[in-house]
Formats: sequence, C-alpha cells, structure tokens
Amino acid sequence: MNNQIYLTPVQIEARRRQRNLMVRRIASQTYLWLLLLLLYAPILLIVIFSFTKSKVLGNWTGFTFGLYENLLTGYDATSQVRVDPNLYRALLYTGLVAVIAATCATLLGTLAAIGIYNMRQKGRRAIQFMNSIPMINPDILTGISLFLLFVFLGISRGLTTVIIAHVVFCTPYVVLSVMPRLTKMNPNIYEAALDLGATPAQALRKVLVPELWPGMVSGFILSLTLSIDDFGVTFFTKGSNGLETLSTFIYADARKGGLTPELRPLFTIIFITILVLLIIMNIRTNKHAKKQ
Amino acid sequence: MKKFNIFGSRRTWAWPYVLFLVLFVLLPLLLIVVYAFTDPEGHLTIKNFVQFFRTTEAVNTFIYSLAIAMLTTIICLLLGYPAAYIMATSELKTPAVMSMLFILPMWINFLLRTLATVELFNMFSIPLGEGALLYGMCYDFLPFMIYPIYNTLQKMDKSLIEAAYDLGANRLEVFTKVILPLSTPGIYSGIIMVFMPTVSTFAISELLTHNKITLFGSLIQRAFGEGGLQMWNYGAALSLIMLIIIGITSFFGDKEESPSQAGLI
Repeated sequence: MNNQIYLTPVQIEARRRQRNLMVRRIASQTYLWLLLLLLYAPILLIVIFSFTKSKVLGNWTGFTFGLYENLLTGYDATSQVRVDPNLYRALLYTGLVAVIAATCATLLGTLAAIGIYNMRQKGRRAIQFMNSIPMINPDILTGISLFLLFVFLGISRGLTTVIIAHVVFCTPYVVLSVMPRLTKMNPNIYEAALDLGATPAQALRKVLVPELWPGMVSGFILSLTLSIDDFGVTFFTKGSNGLETLSTFIYADARKGGLTPELRPLFTIIFITILVLLIIMNIRTNKHAKKQ
Repeated sequence: MKKFNIFGSRRTWAWPYVLFLVLFVLLPLLLIVVYAFTDPEGHLTIKNFVQFFRTTEAVNTFIYSLAIAMLTTIICLLLGYPAAYIMATSELKTPAVMSMLFILPMWINFLLRTLATVELFNMFSIPLGEGALLYGMCYDFLPFMIYPIYNTLQKMDKSLIEAAYDLGANRLEVFTKVILPLSTPGIYSGIIMVFMPTVSTFAISELLTHNKITLFGSLIQRAFGEGGLQMWNYGAALSLIMLIIIGITSFFGDKEESPSQAGLI
C-alpha cells in the first residue's frame, strides 16, 4: 500500500526526492483518471441518454423519465406502440440460461475439482489440460465447434444447447476457484468425520461442502457474469427458432439499424445496481479489515 | 501418499466431468478438423484450404486481422502497463476502489459499450474506420491487460526494489532490471488475454466500422451464417487456421497463470 520513500543520508537530497514524488504522484493520478474517463465515456453516454426519449443515442430531446416508464410498463404511451416484446424475452432467457448454466457448472465443477485433487499426477495433468481448453479458446471457436457437434449429432439447437454450451465455458472457472480451497483444506477432517461414524454423503454435506463453499460461491458468480456477458458462443448455438439472449438481441438490433431505446434505461439500471453492490461489498470488507 | 488412501474412491468424482469434456470439448474440436478436411459428401479433401489460400481477399483479411490484433495488444500494453504500475506501487488512498473502477465497465454488455462508442464517434463526427476500430478494440480489452499486470506487480516483493536502490541502481535500472522482469508473467497473460479475443472477434469490427472492414472472425461467421453445407467445410478450415494461431499463442503463455488467478474476479 504505502510507497517506500527512500531516504538518503543527505537531508537535502531527501527533500528534493519528496518534491519529485509529489509531482510524480499528481502526474500518475491524472493519468489514471484520464484512462478511466476514456473507459467511462461511452457508458456515461448511455446513462445520460437514458433520460431523454430520442430514438437514437446522441440526440437530446429534453429530460424525461419516459424511457424508464416504457421499459417498466412495456408500452410507449406517447407513440402508442408496445416496446419490443423480444427485449423482455431476451432478458428472461439471459437470466434463465445464466442461473441454470451457473448452477450446473458449479455442481459439475466442484465434483470434478474434488476428483482431480485426488488423482495421480498423470491423470490430473490430462484433465487440467482439457479443463484449460475452453478457457483459452475464443468464443467463436467454442461456438463453432459446438455448432458442428450439434449438427453432427442431429440435435436441434435451442435453449438446451445454449445452456450446455454455457456450462462448457463456465465449469473450468469453477474448477479453478474450488481447487485452492481443497489444497488449503486439512484432509484429515474428512477422515475424522468418517471415523466418527458419518457416511460419505454426510461427510460431504457437513464437512466438505462448508469448507469448499467460498470457492463454490465465487465460481458460481463468475459463471453468472460469464454467461450473461457471452455473445459468441450463444450466437452459434441458439439456432434460428427466435431464441435470443440480451447479447444476441442487441447484435440483431444493431444490424437492423436502430437500437431499441429502452435498452438505455435497462443498462443504466443494471450498471447502477452493480455499482451500488460493489460499493456495499467494498465498505463491508473495509469494516471487516478494520476490525481485524 | 497418505492422501490417496483417504480419498482413494473419490477419484471417480471427476469422471462425469471427464465424460463431459470429451463429449463437449474434445469431440467438437475433432469435428472442426474432420469438417475442415472433408467436402460436403464426406470425402477426404484439402480443397477447403486451397480455396482459402487462392482467395487473395481471404488471405489479406487474415493478415490484416493478425496485424490489427497485434497493434491492439501493443497499444493496450503501452497504456495498461503504466496504469497497472501506478495502481500497484503508488500511494493511492484507495487502490481497491481504483482497481474496481477499472473492471466495472466490463459488467456492461460489450456490444452495448461498442455501440455507445460508435455514437460517441458520430457525435464528434469522427468517421468510422480503422481508427475507430482500433480505439474500440483497445477500449474493450484494456482491462484484460491491466489486471494480470497489476496482480503480478502487487504480489512482487517490494524489498527487492529497495535492495536494488541500496546497491546503487538508479530509477531506470531498477525498472528495467528488477520490476519489468518480475512482471513478465503478468505481461504474458495480459498479451494473451487481449490478443486472443481481438484476433477472433467478429461483432466488434462489424459494429465499429459498419461492415466496412472485415476481420477474419467475420469471415468465419459468414461461412457458417450464410451459404449451404459447402461453406461449413470452408468455415471449419478457417476455424482450424484460427485454432492453430490460438494454439501457438497460448504456447508462449505462462502456463501457471490462469485467467482467474490473473485476477478477473
């Protein structure tokens, strides 16, 4: 945290350094804030233009909560048209796919991590290599390879294939987040549970799962975010039955020309929710750190 | 060896996942190879590759995509390294908040962010093209560069820097001989995490240039989106070429540093 100020034996030299340090600090802070400005400019644009009712982003037609009303009611009262119902379906499917895929990935990945941990070196390496493939592969290759698989097996693409595809690229991250918990765990406590008369199932539920829980939770959350953010894999595995997630909906929308204006308030709400959650988490960890 | 006696039977717990990996990771990749070397009737052929190497446009697109991806990676490195360095070493009051601020944009759907960038360019009437593409790619992937570097720099043993100063090194020497070598694992994973998605992207370039610039990813996507069965085989051949590029790139990477260790969450 604290930068070391390298005091030289000569006092004057020390002062000169301190002055330099100040200048450097201001310069480096400015640099960081400039980068952040660059990163946030497009997001700010979305947030600002969620408060006006123009069809296109960048055209300010006066402050209004109109788009928020439209989004919540699903109906534009002024122009008397419904908000694209596909937007809500996309939102629903995004959530559905994310929750199911993350749950499956967490269960599969946790079991796998326990298994891998108990394997001999050779088998462990082989699985860890296979486990890293979906993480290294760009989404387009994962998507196309699965597309070919479903075509090859004659499985029609739809919700199930999208969920399977999401489990494919989420599970490796669960394995990786559960693994460190296993290595840190004292292996004797599982044995102790068995010695004290627990069945393996009880030992799993009452000893292993509580120990691995933090890793499982972070794997689950990571899976959720990966799934929600995914575009490439979904694009190739969703088929053409009208199934869309938010990503593919936005892509289709943008290619048609106009972006559905209601996306602006939707993403403003999502962004602010995440911001608030992160701030709360940050405050809590700070408090926790201070207590210790 | 005691571990194995206790847990012996639980080795089998990985089997469902192994089966899953074989079916949904290895078999699909194998299918790419199979499709790439066959024609729609299923006969063995190399004409998909011949078709690629004979189409000047396709080869040009391939080389162009590699160049764009490399350029993006270099720009991200040049912009991201100082940021990571400042965050990891200077006395920021709130380094946690600062690092959080750098990941936060990634929670907004990248397509939407890209579209907002397009609007930003339109507002200032900057023409969409190569410049816009590079800006958008760097913008989308900069956090992937900053994070791994920030993480390795933060874990670095600071007393080594002190020792270098004590032994008479100046600032430049300390940086080039101590800090930079120690941060290479982070740089490697940063490079991979930026290069891989940029070399394979198709949506970003389509949105940022209004389809004026075609990247290799779009070429693959079109082979699967449009056209009949014949194009699938051609697309598979293109995918295989991409797969080889990815394989070569990851070979250079630090194998110990996984994306999650690199601090994405």
